Amino acid sequence: MNSPALLSFENIRVSRGGKRVLELDRLDIQKGGNLVVIGPNGAGKSTLLLVAAGLLKPETGRLLRNDQDVYSGNLLAYRRKTALVLQDPLLLDMTVFDNVAAGLRFRGVEKKVIAQKVNPWLERLDIAHLANRRARAISGGEAQRASLARALVLEPDVLLLDEPFSALDAPTRIRLIDDFQELVRQNAITTLLVTHDLNEALQLGNRVAVILEGKLKQIGSPHEVFNMPVDTEVAAFVGVETLIPADVTGLKDGMVFMKAGDYNLEAVGESVTKGNVLLCLRPEDITLWKDGEVPHSSARNRMSGIVQRCTVQGALVRVLIDCGFPVTVLITRSSWIEMGIQAGTRVTATFKATSVHIIPR
Amino acid sequence: MEVIWKGIIQAIELIFKLDPEVLKVTALSLQVSGLATAISLLIGLPMGTVLAFGRFPSRKFLLSLINTGMALPPVVVGLAVSIFLWRSGPLGSLRLIYTPVAIIIAQTIIAAPVVTGLTASALQNLDPRLQLQLKGLGASRLQTTWMLWREARLPLLAAVMAGFGSVISEVGASMMVGGNIRNQTRVLTTAIVLETSKGEFAIAIALSAILLLLAYLVNLFLTSVQQRRQ
Repeated sequence: MNSPALLSFENIRVSRGGKRVLELDRLDIQKGGNLVVIGPNGAGKSTLLLVAAGLLKPETGRLLRNDQDVYSGNLLAYRRKTALVLQDPLLLDMTVFDNVAAGLRFRGVEKKVIAQKVNPWLERLDIAHLANRRARAISGGEAQRASLARALVLEPDVLLLDEPFSALDAPTRIRLIDDFQELVRQNAITTLLVTHDLNEALQLGNRVAVILEGKLKQIGSPHEVFNMPVDTEVAAFVGVETLIPADVTGLKDGMVFMKAGDYNLEAVGESVTKGNVLLCLRPEDITLWKDGEVPHSSARNRMSGIVQRCTVQGALVRVLIDCGFPVTVLITRSSWIEMGIQAGTRVTATFKATSVHIIPR
Repeated sequence: MEVIWKGIIQAIELIFKLDPEVLKVTALSLQVSGLATAISLLIGLPMGTVLAFGRFPSRKFLLSLINTGMALPPVVVGLAVSIFLWRSGPLGSLRLIYTPVAIIIAQTIIAAPVVTGLTASALQNLDPRLQLQLKGLGASRLQTTWMLWREARLPLLAAVMAGFGSVISEVGASMMVGGNIRNQTRVLTTAIVLETSKGEFAIAIALSAILLLLAYLVNLFLTSVQQRRQ
């Protein structure tokens, strides 16, 4: 919030077919900032991006660029300060070079300058060898690289991206996200990226906004959003799988003491009032032990229960435990095999007081 | 069978001897239908674009009209144009009836809906997000339209071919508004009708062969443009 906002959404309302799809009171994008907007499909993310791109005039509200109302000014001039990358690369039926040069040609940039600008970006995105290939004849990953180059070559004030990595296969996606992250950092590019992929948000955002049913529910650092969701809906979306109802029994020295079922639990926190609360726990913040093997650790909180189900998900295993309430734990597949956990196994789950986030009920 | 052979041999003779009358009829056909197609393109390309992307209440109704217009019977067009251009008609003072201009007007009315309808359908087949993507890269409205035409160039050339095909082959309108006047408004199709009615099958076949060859050459040219680099 310290640097002035480059783009601000103010009281934006958009409806489609009589249904309100976006209701945004305030959202700022700082110069040089990387804002990732996350939300499930149909939450209004793409609508938000179209508004930001100067392509969808909201019914009410204003989009401000450096305090100037975008939609009452010269929209073409505004659009030429931004660049849009969509989920599908939508390359034109011409060579890769010509595709990357397209935006510069729209702006009437000289031929000589175009080559000077396009070639470095082709190299930075590892597609220089494809420059003279027809865009229809390259792979999906290469096409998305061309699409990114086509936007980056314009040196936009803000780069707008709509799920740009979602349509790629996993290895291609991981490499391209890494490369993209590096380019954004090196060139201090301001980005607004919308996605439903939480990993992308964690990797590419210095701020993350959660949009649910058209409304901005939370905005903050990735840590804040992923570990301190404001309510159960955000918690469910950001992957906080364990929500334990508890009663606050006491507050002392920055610690909150609670009772949940038969367990006395502790959390770090101050501004919590007494009464009913929900404890939020991320599955990766909980450690699992077989009964009788629990060491003395710094984890103050422990609960025991019986394993209900184990679901293998690649290198990780999701273990559902009944502790009187459901608790989900994520462990590596190798430790799962080592511990020999299966449905019916008696286990103890431990977690640190700092891993707990409390939301009022 | 002999008639056909004789006709084909006579056709070859007429073509290679560069018979002045045949040349004149052929040239006029090409000029009239070529111009009518070009004018149809000037009308149909923008109109088809507006019908494909425009957002106005009567859009669907207009599209249905255009699609009906694609099957407009040439004789009906001929009748309508005749009424308008008749000496005592609303545009009679222009003295256009029984001139090549009258044929061009009629053929434009026949080809324009074909070009318009096929343009609209060609553009509607493009990915709707392409427009957003182009604008999102800073394309002006004109640049966006140009790029969309460029992306749809294959079906758009097909639209031109269909438009040309519909007028080079029609006879009803040309006959009615042109009058099939020798050395003035006689085109290949009207000449074929005349020669057939006179029982001059050989000449009729010769003219038909030329008509087919002409249509083939024009479409061969357009196809080679269309399929270039494919």
